[in-house]
Amino acid sequence: MTPSSSIDTAGAAPHDEHHDHHPSYLVDGTTIKSWLLTVDHKRIGLMFLFFILLFFLVGGIFALLIRVELLTPGATIMDAMTYNRTFTLHGLVMIFLFMIPAIPAVFGNFMLPLMLGAKDVAFPRLNLASLYIYLTGAVFMLWGMLNGGLDTGWTFYTPYSTHTTTTVAPVMFGAFIIGFSSIATGINFIVTCHTMRAPGITWFKMPLFVWAIYATSCIQVLATPVIGLLTVLVAVENLFSFGMFDPARGGDPVLFQHLFWFYSHPAVYIMVLPAFGVMSEVVSTYSRKNIFGYRAVAYSSLGIAFVGFFAWGHHMFVSGQSTFDAGVFGVLTMLVGVFTAIKVFNWVGTVYKGAVDFKTPFAYFCGFLFFTVFGGMTGIALGTVSLDVAWHDTYFVVAHFHFIMVGATIMAFLAALHYWFPKMFGKTYHEGWGLVSAALIILGFNATFIPQFLLGNNGMPRRYYDYPERFQALNVASTAGASLLAFGFIIIAMYLTYALLYGKAAGKNPWRSKGYEWMSEAPPPTHNFVGPQPTFPEEPHFYVDPKKAEVPDAV
Amino acid sequence: MQSSAHTADGAENLPRLAGHFASLEVQNHAARLGMWLFLATEILLFAGLFVCYGCYRFLYPEAWAAGSRSLDLTMGTVNTIVLITSSLTAALAVHYAKEGENKKVGVMFALTLLMAVGFLVIKYFEYAHKFHIGTLPGRYYHYEGIQVTGIPLYFTVYFCSTALHAFHVVIGMAVLSVAMVRAFRKKDFGPKNYTMVELGSMYWHLVDLVWIFLFPMLYLV
Repeated sequence: MTPSSSIDTAGAAPHDEHHDHHPSYLVDGTTIKSWLLTVDHKRIGLMFLFFILLFFLVGGIFALLIRVELLTPGATIMDAMTYNRTFTLHGLVMIFLFMIPAIPAVFGNFMLPLMLGAKDVAFPRLNLASLYIYLTGAVFMLWGMLNGGLDTGWTFYTPYSTHTTTTVAPVMFGAFIIGFSSIATGINFIVTCHTMRAPGITWFKMPLFVWAIYATSCIQVLATPVIGLLTVLVAVENLFSFGMFDPARGGDPVLFQHLFWFYSHPAVYIMVLPAFGVMSEVVSTYSRKNIFGYRAVAYSSLGIAFVGFFAWGHHMFVSGQSTFDAGVFGVLTMLVGVFTAIKVFNWVGTVYKGAVDFKTPFAYFCGFLFFTVFGGMTGIALGTVSLDVAWHDTYFVVAHFHFIMVGATIMAFLAALHYWFPKMFGKTYHEGWGLVSAALIILGFNATFIPQFLLGNNGMPRRYYDYPERFQALNVASTAGASLLAFGFIIIAMYLTYALLYGKAAGKNPWRSKGYEWMSEAPPPTHNFVGPQPTFPEEPHFYVDPKKAEVPDAV
Repeated sequence: MQSSAHTADGAENLPRLAGHFASLEVQNHAARLGMWLFLATEILLFAGLFVCYGCYRFLYPEAWAAGSRSLDLTMGTVNTIVLITSSLTAALAVHYAKEGENKKVGVMFALTLLMAVGFLVIKYFEYAHKFHIGTLPGRYYHYEGIQVTGIPLYFTVYFCSTALHAFHVVIGMAVLSVAMVRAFRKKDFGPKNYTMVELGSMYWHLVDLVWIFLFPMLYLV
């Protein structure tokens, strides 16, 4: 690999900074066209943010509908078929349209070049294309949802998905198209990491967020094509009955499950690895300490990405695979836990004796740590074959993946949104409301899903429309928690919109963070920095000399 | 938007340096790396089909043997030779592009395209024959000649994989056509400006490579 780029500084203005002559990317071009056809990674990131928040709202509304329906046994607000469609659409929108692109496409896009001291990602036009591919796929999906919806669950399990009369094909085709967006983003980020690092940024001086995005991109590039193929095969089968996964025609539906989880299990790490990356930045900034065990955190991202490819079988413990296979997949699953634990220890080690500044992002970090550890531990339990057989397809699983995958990702998404809000918009939000809503969301999340753990353990299966009377108390608790959660999000929407319009100017670096991305202006100018190529002599988040930090209470 | 064109010093043709890259080498390196990654995704795309193939071959060995024997080996072999030769001309195009002989680049790509069309024509005849006798996927299978359990699945795999491959051939042809037109019209490929030819050719090799796997899997073994 070429170690890093040495930029040609000839002709660049030395040392005097032209703050006034270089407008921020937000106002550099104000026409609609200048936004829609931009190749600036920051503007593309913001457009992604807009659409992703929109789809988060849609998915959230579906979630609330599910919870209201489950408030009482029997029909509450909708019939059984509508319920099936609602939980399917909740899963599809949240996974394909919100969580997979959430952190990489928004914050990865925005921050990666800034963190590498580059002017843009390697392929800016491809980057813009990925936005429009994403929107095209979303349109297909939404069209399918409005024209009949589908009731297969987000997993599209065959043979049901090839026989149901609901509109499977357009939705699957939408998922296929969105896959391309994901691949394009992944390729772009990998190449950017390889070729666009500024002088001084060696591989082991890349910020940990970049490492996490790099690992995520590797998964996106290697796993997404398989689901792409699979969605096409199932769509074709649904339209023409080729019989590829249809047992009536000799096909093997379990093969579908294997191929599906070969993507969809690594996809879990597409969602959660960027979250880990965000937290590595946040914890360092708000503890005012260099990250503890930088290399271990960086390597464990790659480790999770690697091991994640070999753990898919744990979704299929009850679908007839051999006991030996199940055991192997169980052990491999636990390796993911080992890598995650390495990260958790390092984050805690970073906070230890740090000078903690308990701002909103740090509050989310605390929530994140809880969800990761709790959700991760239940994951280990589920990876144990004998336990999983009992818990399989119960609310225990639902609660588990909402804790680790959704909880961790939402915490990181919100932490990133608050941490980088001044960077992206140059405005400050109201810290008090930030903390209040963080508390509400963390409490609400627990109140929603802890009852679901209990429900699952008591034997309530997932995706069921009806349930016996004895489950009602816990279901009511869960719905109450969900409304708390929704309330928290409404508060965030309100104060962030207010901050966007009337917020005080944030200044260049309100958190006094030493992350690389804070070295440029906030909000940054169109080409990220003015004048000569910045150099990066110190590692990211270099707050104290590590030698001094080992002396007790030196911080 | 941010492509500040680098003016060439002499008569040499340099590609446009996009403003966010440090140097041309880095830019070309990035393009090549991006292409390799893309090819990796393509391989994984086909890998899914190969898994289906392997799985059903294991489940229905007789059907696979019968299906494989029913294919026209002559046409398959001719197609393989055509495609491998087209890869040679694509590789030669890269060679000539490095030497700046634009006309030869264009001719080589024209030959490649010609062979690609030949490949598709032969494929068309194979498909037409199958539609005629009814060796079709899934529920459309109605050939009386072979009635083994799982034989419709063989043709499901056959049609899915060859159709996906043919689709890639068409995309590859589009890419190479663009490069060919540029070689004939703009004539600006040279020792420092051949990335486009190289990447197009890489893609073509991949299309070829996939066929090199598909041919023995479907026709021979």
